Amino acid sequence: MASAESSVERASESDLPRQSWWTRTRTSRTAYTYLFPALIVMAIITFYPIVYQFWMSLTDFGPSSINPNVANYKAPNYVGFENYRLILQDKLATVDADLNSFRFWRTLGFNIWWTFSNVIFHVSLGIVIAVMLNVEGLWFKKIYRAIYILPMVLPQLVIATIWRNMFDAKEGAVNLFLKIFLGPAFPEAGIDWLQRVDPVAFGLPLSYFAMLIANIWLGWPFMTIVATGALQSIPKELYEAASIDGATGWNKFWTITLPLLRPAMVPATILGIIQTFNLFHVIYFISGGGPLGQTEILVTQAYKLINGNSLFGIGAAFSVFIFIILGCISAITARISRVAESYDG
Amino acid sequence: MANSSITQSTSRKGLFARGRGAGRQLEWWQQLLLQVFCLVVAVSVLFPIMWIVTLSFKEAGSPRSSRLEIIPSSISLSSYQAVIDQPLSKTAGDISFWKLMGNSFFLAAGVSFFSVMIGVAAAYAFSRLNFVGRKFLFLSIGFILLMPGIATLAPLFAMLAKIRTSLEVLRIIYFVLAGLIVTGLILMTISRIRSDDFRAGSIAVVFGGLAVAGLLLWGGLGIDIPKNAKPFDLGRSLYGVGLAMISGALPFAIWNLKGYLDTIPKELEEAAIIDGASPNQIFFRIILPLATPALAVTAFLGFMAGWTEFALTARFINKAENYTLAIALQTMTGQYTTVSWSNFAAMSIMISLPVSIVYLALQKYIVGGLTLGGVKG
Repeated sequence: MASAESSVERASESDLPRQSWWTRTRTSRTAYTYLFPALIVMAIITFYPIVYQFWMSLTDFGPSSINPNVANYKAPNYVGFENYRLILQDKLATVDADLNSFRFWRTLGFNIWWTFSNVIFHVSLGIVIAVMLNVEGLWFKKIYRAIYILPMVLPQLVIATIWRNMFDAKEGAVNLFLKIFLGPAFPEAGIDWLQRVDPVAFGLPLSYFAMLIANIWLGWPFMTIVATGALQSIPKELYEAASIDGATGWNKFWTITLPLLRPAMVPATILGIIQTFNLFHVIYFISGGGPLGQTEILVTQAYKLINGNSLFGIGAAFSVFIFIILGCISAITARISRVAESYDG
Repeated sequence: MANSSITQSTSRKGLFARGRGAGRQLEWWQQLLLQVFCLVVAVSVLFPIMWIVTLSFKEAGSPRSSRLEIIPSSISLSSYQAVIDQPLSKTAGDISFWKLMGNSFFLAAGVSFFSVMIGVAAAYAFSRLNFVGRKFLFLSIGFILLMPGIATLAPLFAMLAKIRTSLEVLRIIYFVLAGLIVTGLILMTISRIRSDDFRAGSIAVVFGGLAVAGLLLWGGLGIDIPKNAKPFDLGRSLYGVGLAMISGALPFAIWNLKGYLDTIPKELEEAAIIDGASPNQIFFRIILPLATPALAVTAFLGFMAGWTEFALTARFINKAENYTLAIALQTMTGQYTTVSWSNFAAMSIMISLPVSIVYLALQKYIVGGLTLGGVKG
């Protein structure tokens, strides 16, 4: 290779002075100078931990494997794919009895269902509200817009703890509200939104529906904002032309509004899917994955393994599963939206 | 129907006018229906907020009400006072409210400043320069962004908890950082003066840099080293949490800023290139000034994430003196807690207010960036 390259270089030298390697790579060198600080930092605290994580997932890394200077230090042992096996076969209770309600496939299934049920509500509500707000001649538009952005403005952690408080079984706001509406039909002891174990519908506990309500409240304003931006860029002439052709409002919505919203809504939906899939705060603070781990999602389960049980090796293996699953999801969504092309930008 | 568009333009003022166009009026029942719809949505949005505001205005330690109140009947600030006096219950630990706030601010500001400063240079390279491995690097950053921070919690904790050093080393690190900043400032000033370009902006940068260096020196001198002190434990300190947070905040900053920089028209730079500007000059003279709103927004979004960061802090921090607002809020949540609900409500509002006000002020830029970020995936 080297000789071939140098002969080419010699040949070209005769007619045109060829630039040296140093000059040719100048832009790359400038670019890497700019990238250098970020790459160094990310290599140490972003990329290296991912590699380290894979090694950890093959060991029995436990709480006493952290600090080599303490008396009860226990060096992590290589155990092969034992951690992965324990997770996939739901045998974590053999390691820690706290984990006997751990079910990997149920958690994964619930996580996917949780994501899609939420995002469907977010997107459809977001579009409907944006369309309503965009009707010309609507009074108090500005006031409504200012109010509707509030769920985005508050920190998610605070929102989650507030909803946790509102779903309280005794004096929570939701129960007090229902009491006014249902009157005597309201159960004496109140509705135990978050702790009621037996499933109420579709095999899901009441806490799922409580979190669905909270997360719909949290999620639709973002979709409304994206949809409003797209709506305002639809030319009015299209609607006028459609009216001349005798289209009803309903026709116009399906044939003009929705197709023209799609380019903006598809990426926003994908963003929503990824965010909802990993929505730690809402699950961890409202239901805590309960009752009996029925509403656990992957992130909260991983967090409990690492923080609550200090099972670092198993937690690392679990995180590797999260990587793989999210990789699949993002590959699917990237294909759908062809986001990959827009990177060239 | 065919000539309706012609008649519309002349008789739009009538109550039953139809069609679209400026100043269109809705029929009364349409207006009524829409108003009812919008009001229902507005009430549902305001319901939790009013509930928590009303709770927070109750007397400190007042019993829970069995009646739904979402409009405060009387305003008392005693719950706020109670939270400021004693944010954590006696059993949870002894720390003042201002210290909690200081810890949260230190984490949030440090993480967002650091990641934006490093991130903007990288974002410039991704947005404007062509280099080997550009697409691969950018896609791997995007992949990292998809991952929740918790997915790398185990290795980060195991790594950082291994790093223990004596406090003297920490002090030396502080001094070295301060020295580097001062050296950089001197070099910048010399080059600016030689190129006769020392202006108000440069003075501001010099003073800002000197202030940071001063703070570092002061912090280094302020480290109290008692005799037979325990070694400094990175994994159990706010610095460790900060490092772990940067591992997620930096890719976010790069990705977000790259999206903004892509929207800056290239014509400006092309003109500058014709005038013989180097990539460095383009970066400092054209891109950075134009990207100021983007920097502010990205820094703010990073700040907001850091301000309420819970998962990493709860894993790393084991001493009450290092607690943050998020941890304190968590100790007040839950059914069996002994903390009064009005205190919890006051705490939630005090955590939210500072960031929410800034969010509303920056709303225009943030919303633009969010939809942009959406387009970029």
